Amino acid sequence: MSMTKEFAGKTILLDDEGFMENPAEWDKAVAEELAAEIGISPLTDGHWQVIDFCRADHQSQGEAPTLRRITQLAGVPTKELYKLFPKGPAKKVAFVSGLKKPTGCI
Amino acid sequence: MFDENADRKLCIICSKGTLDMAYPGLVLANAALMEGIDVTMFFTFWGIDMINSKKMDSLKCTPLGNPSMGMPNGMGIPNLIGALPGMTAMASTMMKKEIEKLDFPPIREFLQMVADAGGKLYSCRMSMDMMKLTKDDLFEEVSDVVGAMEFMEMSNGAQIIFI
Repeated sequence: MSMTKEFAGKTILLDDEGFMENPAEWDKAVAEELAAEIGISPLTDGHWQVIDFCRADHQSQGEAPTLRRITQLAGVPTKELYKLFPKGPAKKVAFVSGLKKPTGCI
Repeated sequence: MFDENADRKLCIICSKGTLDMAYPGLVLANAALMEGIDVTMFFTFWGIDMINSKKMDSLKCTPLGNPSMGMPNGMGIPNLIGALPGMTAMASTMMKKEIEKLDFPPIREFLQMVADAGGKLYSCRMSMDMMKLTKDDLFEEVSDVVGAMEFMEMSNGAQIIFI
């Protein structure tokens, strides 16, 4: 079941787990509020490096990248990634980037 | 949101030292960490090979006595053929290639990833004694060598997976 919620003055469509249904509705202001909702605030350059990569990779690959892909291709080390998005980075990264829950195993 | 695993704790016991059986524990440990679950890996018996710095880069898998393992075209490998010299090396090379295709890293890199993500690695004292190994022989991210009773203490309240 989908639902809608207000983020940065926009009405955003979410899936039943709270991930954004339509990545095109996402912008940087929405990302800031999504991040704040899961206790990450404010977003730093480190966060943006990850988020920008995820947005671009989703654009070209059609799905949210795995953490492995992020560490390999965005050049963000594993330790750093877990510091930026602590306690369960896989879902948190996708959530803030306005993407669906990642399905990869790595 | 996303805090449903905040109190979840997982212990994975790795008791096998073959290439194929090293991966399930690593994949599960990494998946749990990505989900925000606290992870402890405990290596015992042949599983010690996974963290033995002299062996971890050259784990093997063998088609011998393994009816599940065949050629990529679905043909099985009869035990008599599997027993020929070089078959284990060939099967191991093939397996490594397949693993790489899936973008899963080699054992050492995978363990480093688990450690960097906050996973804790422990080795079994009795197995180490039996194999005449000391902590200096182990991968540097292994925190400690512990006995079975210590493992019981540290796994208190955790879900346990034995591989």
